[in-house]
Amino acid sequence: MTEETQDDNPDYVIDGRNLTKVYTMGDNEVRALDGVDVQIKRGELLSIMGPSGSGKSTLMAILGCLDSPTSGEYHLDGEPVHALGDNALAGIRSKQLGFVFQQFNLLPRTPAIEQVSMPMIYAGIRGRKRKQRAQEMLELVGLGERMDHTPAELSGGQQQRVAIARSLANDPAILLADEPTGALDTKTGIEIMALFKRLNREEGITVIIVTHDVEVAEQTPRVIHIRDGLIEKDVINETVVDIDPNNIPAH
Amino acid sequence: MNLFENIRVAIRALLSNKLRALLTMLGIIIGSGAVVALMSFGNGATAAITDQIEGIGSNLITLLPGRFEGGGPDAAANADPLLFDDYTAVKENVPLARRTAPSIEMFQTIVYSKETVNAAVIASTPEYLDIRNFEIDLGRGLSASDNSTGARVAVIGPGLATELFGGLNPVGREIKINGVFFEVVGVTVEKGGGFGGSDDENVFIPIETGYRRLFGSTMVFNGKRTVSNVLISPLDADDVDQTMVEVERLMRRRRGLKLSDDLDFTLFSQNAFLDAFSAITATLTAFLGVIAGISLLVGGIGVMNIMLVSVTERTREIGLRKAVGARRATILTQFLIETMMLSLIGGAIGVAFGWGVSALVRRFDLLDAQVTMGSVILAFSVVALVGIVFGIYPAFRASRLSPIEALRYE
Repeated sequence: MTEETQDDNPDYVIDGRNLTKVYTMGDNEVRALDGVDVQIKRGELLSIMGPSGSGKSTLMAILGCLDSPTSGEYHLDGEPVHALGDNALAGIRSKQLGFVFQQFNLLPRTPAIEQVSMPMIYAGIRGRKRKQRAQEMLELVGLGERMDHTPAELSGGQQQRVAIARSLANDPAILLADEPTGALDTKTGIEIMALFKRLNREEGITVIIVTHDVEVAEQTPRVIHIRDGLIEKDVINETVVDIDPNNIPAH
Repeated sequence: MNLFENIRVAIRALLSNKLRALLTMLGIIIGSGAVVALMSFGNGATAAITDQIEGIGSNLITLLPGRFEGGGPDAAANADPLLFDDYTAVKENVPLARRTAPSIEMFQTIVYSKETVNAAVIASTPEYLDIRNFEIDLGRGLSASDNSTGARVAVIGPGLATELFGGLNPVGREIKINGVFFEVVGVTVEKGGGFGGSDDENVFIPIETGYRRLFGSTMVFNGKRTVSNVLISPLDADDVDQTMVEVERLMRRRRGLKLSDDLDFTLFSQNAFLDAFSAITATLTAFLGVIAGISLLVGGIGVMNIMLVSVTERTREIGLRKAVGARRATILTQFLIETMMLSLIGGAIGVAFGWGVSALVRRFDLLDAQVTMGSVILAFSVVALVGIVFGIYPAFRASRLSPIEALRYE
């Protein structure tokens, strides 16, 4: 089932209209996004799926305010952000968005608590409050006992939990995860998905997961399929697969 | 994000790779250490030379026979010698030159018991020791009556005393100078060093005794007594130039030289000597400073090199920092502060290191090395400048990275 484009609705935390992104490589023009409309309501949990080269990473970069669209309009939380400059976008990222990456992107040789504190330094949150919040976030993702561990002392799943705690540090409205389970084994991947679902359900955070893994997409109520820079289909998942990480079905 | 937070982030980044930070700092450490140490050596050398020249006697003017300008020793040898009467004329006719002494310097064989040494015998009037800043350690100096009576008495330097008498008290003992017995009446205080021969190896005797007993016809010219040189020491340093002018005028008249004639005697002041040496040592110090400065520059290029590598290596980190909200200016400041910290910490270690080397050199009496505040300030200013100049480019590169491309960097 395809969702109809709706007019301005204050419920949309993400509202992108006719977004295009064109890269020029020598004489070639590559249209990574070719007029995409995307609306996401506050508190949604969804996947963006597509093969590599489909434009899903570009879409994520634009939705995450890491890049600006060549044309089109993008309102984030009601604020037009498509025409903002570098510094303003950095401010938006700091306050509104949290990022989780496939390769975790933790700082080497740095304890977990410092990793989680980092975004708060850039947001101007002072010492004690920062430490307290970082501790809370690590407890939220189940790493209360490993605050002083460096990435080398943590498993892949634990590292991704640190990264998720970091993405939550500045209390963002939206969490963007780029292949968050791509570097993890199946069991750990399921645990991380369960964490996203819990954050979405209990904390009301809008979670957008970019993936090419069907098993991941099956677990979200909405899936946007992208191909050749266009939305191929935008489906509501009637039968959300809910896997209990404590009772994983054998493959 | 305030400066304090930025410095903390920079320290954390440096601490997360201690070996690299240390290796990067090495160039700066050596450079700033070299600036401080080499300049302290230069200052030490200057001080040592100044001390020695001043030790010869402050405000000292020397009158010598012959023309020393370009002529070399031959010119002096062929010139008319200075007369004892020249000395008396200077003393009586130039009021500024009251403190004056004639001197005859000659190497003679000195014998005591079985010890035989060659030493400079300086025959002069009693004022000589005072003018040359010699002080008496044991016994007494030479008196006016020693001179007028032609007494066979001598004051000897401490170095010579040790050579001749070992640990014995020399006062009251008799030595033979060129076969003539002299009684040692005093020993001078050790001066150390000395310029063109030690000041501690002399034998001082009354000039009258010298004429009568030692020098014979060698110090007589056309029936008149001659001297090797005349020392003049005005009481006030400001009078040195004026005294020289007046002595020169007097000597021209005595020798019948017209204004157009070249001088056949030489007057030089210790101050002129001092100025010449100061100029040389100042050049030496500056030269050492420049060499050290070049090594600091090389150290700075090393820092830039590592910081550029570091920016490339930490591309993903920079991307991440930008993704979570760091602005361009923040990244620029962070990397600039990292470079500054590397430079300043390296500079501090280097200054301490240079100071230590300088102290060690003093400790082992190699040179009276003196660390000056100027050299420390110079080293730190250059280090800070190096930090900024060589830090800006890598920091600028880092700040310009696009977050998505940086995050995708493998």
